[in-house]
Amino acid sequence: MSEYVVELKNITKRFPGVVALKNMSIGIKPGEIHGLIGENGAGKSTLIKVLTGVHTPEEGEIFVDDRKVVFKNPVQSREAGIACVYQELNIVKQLSVTDNVFMGRAVKKNGLLDYPRMHKEAEAALKTLGHPEINVRRECGKLGVGQQQMVEIAKAVSLDAKLIIMDEPTSSLGKDEIAQLMETVRSLKARGVAILFVSHKLEELFELCERVTVMRDGEHILTEDIGNMTEDSLINAMVGRTLDNLYPKEVGVKGDVWLEAKELKESGVLRDVTFQAHAGQITGFAGLVGAGRTETMRAIFGADKLDSGEVYVKGEKVHIRSPKDAIRHKIAFLTEDRKGQGLVLSLDVRTNLILANMDGFCTGPFFDKCKIDSTGTDIVNDLRIKTPSLNEVTAQLSGGNQQKVVIGKWVNTNADIFIFDEPTRGIDVGAKIEVYHVMNDLVKAGKCVIMVSSELPEILAMSDHVVVMREGRVMANMDRDSKHFNSEDIMKAAWGGELE
Amino acid sequence: MKKQSKGKELLQKLATLMALAILVIIFTIAVPGKFLRYPNLMNVLKQAGINCLISAGMLITLITAGIDLSVGSNTVLCACTIGVLVQNFGITNPVILMIAGILVSTFCGFMNGVLLTRLDLPHPFVSTMGMKNVLLGLALVITSSTSIGFTNKGVDSLLFLGSATIGGFPVSFILVLVVFFCFDIFLNRTPLGRQIYCVGGNPEAARLSGIPSKNVLTFVYTLSGFMCGLAGVVLCGRVAVANANSGATYDNDAIAACILGGASFTGGKGTIWGTLVGCLLMAVIRNGLNLLGASNDVQYIVIGAVIIIAVTIDVTRNKMEARARKMAAQ
Repeated sequence: MSEYVVELKNITKRFPGVVALKNMSIGIKPGEIHGLIGENGAGKSTLIKVLTGVHTPEEGEIFVDDRKVVFKNPVQSREAGIACVYQELNIVKQLSVTDNVFMGRAVKKNGLLDYPRMHKEAEAALKTLGHPEINVRRECGKLGVGQQQMVEIAKAVSLDAKLIIMDEPTSSLGKDEIAQLMETVRSLKARGVAILFVSHKLEELFELCERVTVMRDGEHILTEDIGNMTEDSLINAMVGRTLDNLYPKEVGVKGDVWLEAKELKESGVLRDVTFQAHAGQITGFAGLVGAGRTETMRAIFGADKLDSGEVYVKGEKVHIRSPKDAIRHKIAFLTEDRKGQGLVLSLDVRTNLILANMDGFCTGPFFDKCKIDSTGTDIVNDLRIKTPSLNEVTAQLSGGNQQKVVIGKWVNTNADIFIFDEPTRGIDVGAKIEVYHVMNDLVKAGKCVIMVSSELPEILAMSDHVVVMREGRVMANMDRDSKHFNSEDIMKAAWGGELE
Repeated sequence: MKKQSKGKELLQKLATLMALAILVIIFTIAVPGKFLRYPNLMNVLKQAGINCLISAGMLITLITAGIDLSVGSNTVLCACTIGVLVQNFGITNPVILMIAGILVSTFCGFMNGVLLTRLDLPHPFVSTMGMKNVLLGLALVITSSTSIGFTNKGVDSLLFLGSATIGGFPVSFILVLVVFFCFDIFLNRTPLGRQIYCVGGNPEAARLSGIPSKNVLTFVYTLSGFMCGLAGVVLCGRVAVANANSGATYDNDAIAACILGGASFTGGKGTIWGTLVGCLLMAVIRNGLNLLGASNDVQYIVIGAVIIIAVTIDVTRNKMEARARKMAAQ
């Protein structure tokens, strides 16, 4: 009798041209929270899909409770007691909570749906998760993201899952919701459910997990008690080399105020936002999710309408009514959602790189193909975008490389003011460092950089000046050399506390 | 990788070309001595002309993930406008007639765009389907539901574009080639052309990159209207009659030709040369069936089947691409 509830032994999965998993083994004990990390492309998703029966491996064996199983489809995996909460939630927003919990396995009585019983069971499942306040008759689309995730977990619980896989469960949650989720995960563990917790956030792994498995290039690198690991040793294992510095901060020369906002107001979102950002500096925007940071940037960029307020660029008052106006005033805006708002995924890298400045690449009415190609090649080399060619469809690139294409798009506009909204979200450590280098280069070239980030270490390490927002207001301004420039005081301001 | 994707693209284009070649061979064997003769082939080109012009406009609406269901009505409205100007107002200057017809159609296209972008109607399916009926009604009203003949009205030079041939080669198809060449340059070598693909692929990303998505869309439907106008002028010459009921099959034929030629309902895709092949395919089918003596009803059935097959091909192609993308993302 082995100690594992679910075990993969020597799994190999090939796709045309790539080996996604090489001789991969992992075992998860009952009642254990097991962390799984690796850079993007390390094979985590494929591993999850093997466990959930989406992919069938070419070699290797899967054991559930010591019984050898072969999953030919997701239903078989579900029946064996494996459930997965995906990063992009599988929720039908138009249906009720109960409908979602019982999706695909509705309870019937005399051939008709037995709603009273389903409601009761859904309620019970949510109660064990510590969320009795969620009304099971409500439309899922009306719940918050955190609650929607609970519905997904309730689905897994009502299935009596032995193993619940959580793929980047905290990536779209705010601080409160993350705390609640962790609470729920711990209570599941107490009930003997095994959890495979996939995350990019190391601090979460240290907080939650007992053991951690590191993957690289489809291979198993190590499985260790988390107590024996440090952040550095985990990162080393992930990237396979020592990263001398996670945050390569370089200080530039502080210049004039290039972007200034005065009393920005937008009903329901922004109450009073006033700030200044200098050239030659990175101005960090800290705050909780929903504090209005993204909304501020969207309003300045002309993506949303302001009710009132003034914006000054390089000392001159400007009226920005559309992104086009903003670009004319040399503002660039890297959105937090790169797939939905940053890229045209169906088009090639070449077109995406000139997306924001097509007129700048023309001679007369026609495109200057030579200029487009030479600039494109330069950017691909400078930003180290891994792409077979400029003709490659951007959907084919990895997340980090897609992000670099978006950055390249804005570099191509010769902007002076760069707004980066969550520039390193969902990309791997190596790509993160390269994004920081780009920001350093911009600052050294005397540009004005604004960075919105929910990762406090990133804010502290990279910013020259920090603006803290809460509920549509600026709560605090602090320079790098001020005594408040530390995580405690920033968090305090973000939660609405007073700083002496 | 570059070669591979280029090869795939080529194969996709060749697939439609191959279908065309196979059809030609089938009809050559099925109607010996009739199909594969110079006059008949020129006849095919003549028949293809109107659909080609309409399809060019349809293509760009499809690239933006939209559709223009009003093209048939818009084309006959242009022809009927010219007919009314000739019959009721006695205007015979071909330039004035042409400009008037094309202006009316372009304006209708512009209205399609405005309805879609400024009134925020949910999908171009709605706005253009509404316009389809409105325009057909208008065409019937101004002609009092009668046919207007152009022969012996002193407007022969107007009919030149649709009826004349040079050494047997139809002038209308020369116009098609010129227009398609311009479209090729426009779509691939000018910012506005490229922006049409961007708006089709991801309107929000395009907007946040400073591309005025609404204006681009309005332009697209206006251009589609302009192409209907051109087609309307050619129609006058081809049949020498303006009849409000003659455009019933134009919408379907144009959509089918674009899809056969590689465009997709999901937008962001499609080339003008692929559309040309798609149009020729449709024309060959109609011509071949005519030669075989197939009656109208049979033609409807075959064309219907072709449309379904074309959409099935489109869907399968999307699925295959999605799968390839998934695999690459592993």
